[in-house]
Amino acid sequence: MFEKKNGAALRTREPLTDTQMLMFISIGIFAAMYLAAVLFMGGGFRKPQMFFDLLNDNAALIIISCALTIVMITGGINISVGGVIGLTTMACAIFVNSRSGESGTVSILLTLLLALGIGLGFGILQGFLVARLEIQPFIVTLAGMFLARGLTTILSLEPVTVSHEGFQALVESRVKVPWLGYVAPNGNLIPAKIEIGAIVAICVVILMALTLHYTRFGRNVYAVGGNPQSALMLGINVKRTVFWAYVISGLLSGLAGFVFLMHKPAGNASVAMRSEMDAIAASIIGGTLLTGGVGNVIGSFFGAMILATIQKIIFLSPLNASWWQDMANGAMLCFFILLQSVILMRRNNSKKAGNLLKNLKIHRADKAPAGKEDHHET
Amino acid sequence: MEDGIVLTMRGICKAFPGVKALNNVDFTLRKGEIHALMGENGAGKSTLIKVLTGVYEKDAGSIAIEGCDGEAKIHSPQQAQDIGISTVYQEITLCPNLTVAENMFIGRGKGAIVHWKEYEKRADEILKSLGIPARANQELSRCSLAVQQMVAIARAVDMNCKVLILDEPTSSLDDKEVARLFQLMRDLKAKGVGIIFVTHFLEQVYQVSDRITVLRNGELVGEYEVEKLPQVELVAKMMGKSLDDLAELERIGQKGAVSDNCVYEAAALSSSECRPFDFHIRGGEVNGFTGLLGSGRSESVRAIFGADRVTGGKVRVRGKDVRINKPHDAMKNGIGYLPEDRKRDGIIADLSVRDNIILALQVIQGMNHPISRAKAEAFADEYIAALQIKTASQDTPIKSLSGGNQQKVILARWLLTHPQYLILDEPTRGIDVGTKAEIQKLVLKLAEEGMSITFISSEVEEMLRTCSRLIVMRDRKIVGELSGDDLTQAQVMKTIAGGEQTDE
Repeated sequence: MFEKKNGAALRTREPLTDTQMLMFISIGIFAAMYLAAVLFMGGGFRKPQMFFDLLNDNAALIIISCALTIVMITGGINISVGGVIGLTTMACAIFVNSRSGESGTVSILLTLLLALGIGLGFGILQGFLVARLEIQPFIVTLAGMFLARGLTTILSLEPVTVSHEGFQALVESRVKVPWLGYVAPNGNLIPAKIEIGAIVAICVVILMALTLHYTRFGRNVYAVGGNPQSALMLGINVKRTVFWAYVISGLLSGLAGFVFLMHKPAGNASVAMRSEMDAIAASIIGGTLLTGGVGNVIGSFFGAMILATIQKIIFLSPLNASWWQDMANGAMLCFFILLQSVILMRRNNSKKAGNLLKNLKIHRADKAPAGKEDHHET
Repeated sequence: MEDGIVLTMRGICKAFPGVKALNNVDFTLRKGEIHALMGENGAGKSTLIKVLTGVYEKDAGSIAIEGCDGEAKIHSPQQAQDIGISTVYQEITLCPNLTVAENMFIGRGKGAIVHWKEYEKRADEILKSLGIPARANQELSRCSLAVQQMVAIARAVDMNCKVLILDEPTSSLDDKEVARLFQLMRDLKAKGVGIIFVTHFLEQVYQVSDRITVLRNGELVGEYEVEKLPQVELVAKMMGKSLDDLAELERIGQKGAVSDNCVYEAAALSSSECRPFDFHIRGGEVNGFTGLLGSGRSESVRAIFGADRVTGGKVRVRGKDVRINKPHDAMKNGIGYLPEDRKRDGIIADLSVRDNIILALQVIQGMNHPISRAKAEAFADEYIAALQIKTASQDTPIKSLSGGNQQKVILARWLLTHPQYLILDEPTRGIDVGTKAEIQKLVLKLAEEGMSITFISSEVEEMLRTCSRLIVMRDRKIVGELSGDDLTQAQVMKTIAGGEQTDE
């Protein structure tokens, strides 16, 4: 009986996992939303540049969404990402200005190292506190957020604008995507432009997706989030896995700070305020469960893009005001959570029913048709 | 190390706060033998296993394993795996959100990149060779519990281990699956693997084991060859007392008077989890729901207690119409319910034994009438003594008690509310023979005192021993009711199987 079932099953496709299911939902919603914007808003949305602008403007958000996704899969959270962005942009702005007049490339590389170093420092510290000392990740990273914001203000109360020429050149630089341009009324082709930061963000998404899917560490992250006790029994070093998840998360926050500076070349104490909340929302919309074990960065990428699209749509609509945007984001988040829980609930019910059926089949003869059970002896 | 011996543990000691879990225990495992580790709950079996697998650090003693010089260093499950000790735990310790293949291979091997395609191919081969009805790229949560358990075994088998530990592997398997597992164990034995087999099922021990080590109260009772230790003697050694208690119980059965008045009546009661059914119980009666796992036994009693969403039906308690929509309603009507899943629905792990005992009474009295500390202590003392709960003190967190004692605490919680009608859903699951007998006797004694009891157990013998009326369920429906002379194992089986049973 089992062999027969096995043979038949090998030919059928596996149903989607929860992770994939939630990811496809967010991709679908992004596509539908963007299409609707193209059809009904028109204007800028008709041009490919709009899509790249979404990427350009939200590169840092995309990166910190990845940073959050990896810790959320372990069942944790990291709300220090916004603070780390603030600290990194400020520190980098001051640092790069101090090197004005020196070689552009070297300065930029050193600045990048500084950004990554700050992120790494936060990652290691938080990873140690969460993984080794087993302190609640929320509290650890809340403290991290306050620390980062405090340090930012110590560095400078006033906004610091980047004056380094080499860095400014980096900020100005764009990669042209000629085959996705649009033809101006006068017949000239205007190519779409993409910033370095957006390219970095996309690389991060791809790299993280590959890491989570194909490396031993990546699968361990899912295992730890699915059931830490089991993961331990399966011989996974749970503490090390959690530690590295926070280190990567910190590193990405630092990188996000650098990318942010490339987009808006100024350090400011209130930079990226609340962006950790946007990143959490993006991860959740992208299908990451706060309970851990489910989620992936491709979904988070689309989650961030959904938030970005809402922002753009409201910006271009008559309702352009920050509160409308907040409310739209909130409504979207609510809608998503509802949708997710409804879908997961239905799936789990069908899972349960499926298992029950299997159990019954093991116990009982296959040939008894379902209808016959209704009239048997007392 | 001597030839043919794969593992020796000498003088193992392990203490937890207030409890000496293991005291100077020796254990020897030979190559190619199936060695049963027996003992009541709380005897130290699980602790010994966890010391061996690196989950706990031992306080004293030495472990030596073939192929490692001197003392084996086991400080984590990972290290235990590396030196050839594989374990399948009673609770399924796999990750539900990963695929079957991932669960089989995660935490093993070296290198940063995982070649899942290769692993999936290998996993499929192993699953096929073991006859496990699962697919490598299936999400584990989509498999039934039994299949999940077998995946865990497949994982352990594939690790080319020297020592395979099976901790209660059969508790969620049906007979056919158990037979397959035993075949698997014999195959591995032929390959020279030493198997440590922990179980509560005595018959199973005699089916497959070569040798038995018995523990009691954290101490070694002895090591025996199976042929030289009859089952009765084994039980006696595990319990440290004679078997008369059980035998006596067998003879007694229920003898207390059953009143004619129904304590509880339900007509067409249905809940979100079960179809409408009729049910009644008289004062002083012990009845039970029986049927296969998943036949709706628990769902029915959960509906009675209002633990699931009640969707319809009429309920009368002592002749009065009442509505029971939530557990609180049931409790106010003098109904108690000891849930099937002790860990999830029963204990509050971090609260003390005392707090766990007074919980239900406190709920009935309401928030505005707190039970005083002195009173709570008196209650706790009374029931700890009455039910012989083995605990360091009434302040001990319940999670550090053994399963049987946790169950007694939950029982005490309900007895304290003096219910007229008590529902016991699998009160003896995962509990040793001695405590089982105690609980059965208690059930009968309570019934004699006039309490009505519904008793559910997976062991039919136990139900026949205690219940005077059995309600038989199949496919979430009541298919029969047995009482009097019909209360025989054969009759129960026949009713469960129904008219259409075909022997497979």
